[in-house]
Amino acid sequence: MRVSVEAVDQVFLHLKQWLLSFLVGHVPDWVVQVASSLLNIGTVLGVFLTLFALISVLERKILGRMQNRYGPNRVGPCGLFQPVADGIKMLIKEDIVPDRADKVVHFLAPILIAAAAILALGVIPYGRNMTPFVIDGGILFFFAVGSTTELAVFMAGWGSNNKFSLLGAMRAIAQMISYELPLIITVLPVVMVVGSLNPDKIVFAQKYYYFGFLPHWFVLTPWGATAFILFFVSGLVESNRTPFDVPEGESEIVAGHMTEYSGFKYATFFMAEYLGMFAVSGLAVTLFLGGWHAPLPWLRFIPSFVWFFAKLSVLLFVFIWIRGTLPRIRVDQMMNLAWKFMLPMAFTCLVSAAVWYYNGRRVAGWLWSFAIIAVVYVILSLFLDTRRKFAPRTYRFAE
Amino acid sequence: MNTAAFALIAIFTITFALAAATNPRLMHAALSFAVMYIGIAAFFFLLGAEFVGLVQVFVYVGAVAVLIVFTILLTRRDVGERHEFKWGGVAVAIAVFVGLVWAILKTTSIAVAPPVAKALTVKQVGEALMVSYVWPLLCVGVLLTAALIGALILVMEDKPS
Amino acid sequence: MTLSILLVVSAALFSIGLLAALSRRHAIFILIGIEMMLAAANINFIAFWRFVPAPALPTGVMVVIFAIAIAAAEAAVGLAMVIAVYRHFRTTDVDQLNQLKG
Repeated sequence: MRVSVEAVDQVFLHLKQWLLSFLVGHVPDWVVQVASSLLNIGTVLGVFLTLFALISVLERKILGRMQNRYGPNRVGPCGLFQPVADGIKMLIKEDIVPDRADKVVHFLAPILIAAAAILALGVIPYGRNMTPFVIDGGILFFFAVGSTTELAVFMAGWGSNNKFSLLGAMRAIAQMISYELPLIITVLPVVMVVGSLNPDKIVFAQKYYYFGFLPHWFVLTPWGATAFILFFVSGLVESNRTPFDVPEGESEIVAGHMTEYSGFKYATFFMAEYLGMFAVSGLAVTLFLGGWHAPLPWLRFIPSFVWFFAKLSVLLFVFIWIRGTLPRIRVDQMMNLAWKFMLPMAFTCLVSAAVWYYNGRRVAGWLWSFAIIAVVYVILSLFLDTRRKFAPRTYRFAE
Repeated sequence: MNTAAFALIAIFTITFALAAATNPRLMHAALSFAVMYIGIAAFFFLLGAEFVGLVQVFVYVGAVAVLIVFTILLTRRDVGERHEFKWGGVAVAIAVFVGLVWAILKTTSIAVAPPVAKALTVKQVGEALMVSYVWPLLCVGVLLTAALIGALILVMEDKPS
Repeated sequence: MTLSILLVVSAALFSIGLLAALSRRHAIFILIGIEMMLAAANINFIAFWRFVPAPALPTGVMVVIFAIAIAAAEAAVGLAMVIAVYRHFRTTDVDQLNQLKG
């Protein structure tokens, strides 16, 4: 029985090795390595583009249900072929480029954003031994690639030769830069406790179970829960999702840096936003939710990649749920949140994780780390009293 | 394979460096500058220092290039760029290049092949930073804070009081 | 791939940076040239670190990490100065910033 569980878990790996075995004796070694990398890349692209298509229709259906209406339900069974219809529509639209736009920059911007999002998907462990590219500094690679998104957004805004685009791009970059700091600093406690930047090792460190049934995930520690919430909110901002979608809010800035893009290039921006969402959710699952490990020890017969995608789906549902619930935040409120609240809380998580770790994970460590976070949170809430103080209400009647 | 990769990366980097140095259009030069840094990071990867390569992409392409592009936006009068190029600078640069290449090719002791080396892990870099190089690390922290505050003060406008 | 050819490439990058710094009139381009020269020096450090017979100490890597941090700080302050000068003189042409000339 154990052998078949292992075989199901590693089925994709065995499939890839069987496909490569056709090449092994006949071609030089580096061709086999290139072929192996190409198979990895092809699989990641195939899986995530399908997931993108699925999520784009599921999001509309879930938002529809939250708003007490049906989502798209005409095309295909329960509307699940809607992405095909959307894709055909996007492909046959005319590709309009403004006359005085900078052609090269205007063309390259959506490609660069999509490339950055896809590159970031390459270091996340999707299952046991199923990381596409094992890099020693995997988390640093993820953030390095994510930070090139800002340049691409700027290229989109400037290359359109449009004041709205430029303004939208500046606001988008300001938002992304401000929230990159909490994003990275909330990852630091996990890296510090595990002692490595390798996502495989981080997942490996979460494989134990307390008392035989509680999983050793970092989200179940005081600093881990806070860091997870902060990381999740920063991930919301980095992917320009509501409530932080000031860069693409239609009532504010037309479509921000994407104003002058039509047809397939707009679809590429859309795809890059969703792929960024997947990448951030995947990293959150890896760092805080135990990666591909099962939550209870007797559920380990379910394959590892099923657990990973189940957790990823839960996080994506929370993304969509938040979109359907919260209104858009103003730009200055967003900046205040980033610099005055999230940054100090992120540093507190770091200190709290250090206290937890160096107390040898005894009860005293847990209580002290929880106390540090609670005290700093209360102090910040008292200091950052951002409610407007209203004057007493006066009434004026027509004379 | 190694030599082919090296030649490719060298040509890529030098092409974009030339584009950044000589393109009369400001924005294109700034963007070529950012792409050149990706080429330099590829050099670092080839030489086995992956951590430095990733830090290079992170700091330069993600931050310094965006800074330069923002500054270009904030300091332009209109879109008309003047193509003024001082040819004296070209002569000096070529002279410096010829001199350096002559010095390099004259030193025969460095025409060696790379020795086999173990990869440098992030753990080793971290240990070195925290054990042997902790004083420079703290000084660089103070320097970055001072630079941050200094840049803010330079750019802050006087509030009309 | 010998050490000499690597040093030649970084010398080429250095002279291109020198070209940008010397023959351009826009202040930001001069900063770009300076950053290019710093990057060429970083490549030199890593090249020499790699070609040492037993590269056990990560000295070259350490120097480059600090050099990148310092170059970023210097770029930030330099660009802030360019903005401040632009606000005062309304020009970024360094040939026109000659008011201290006697």
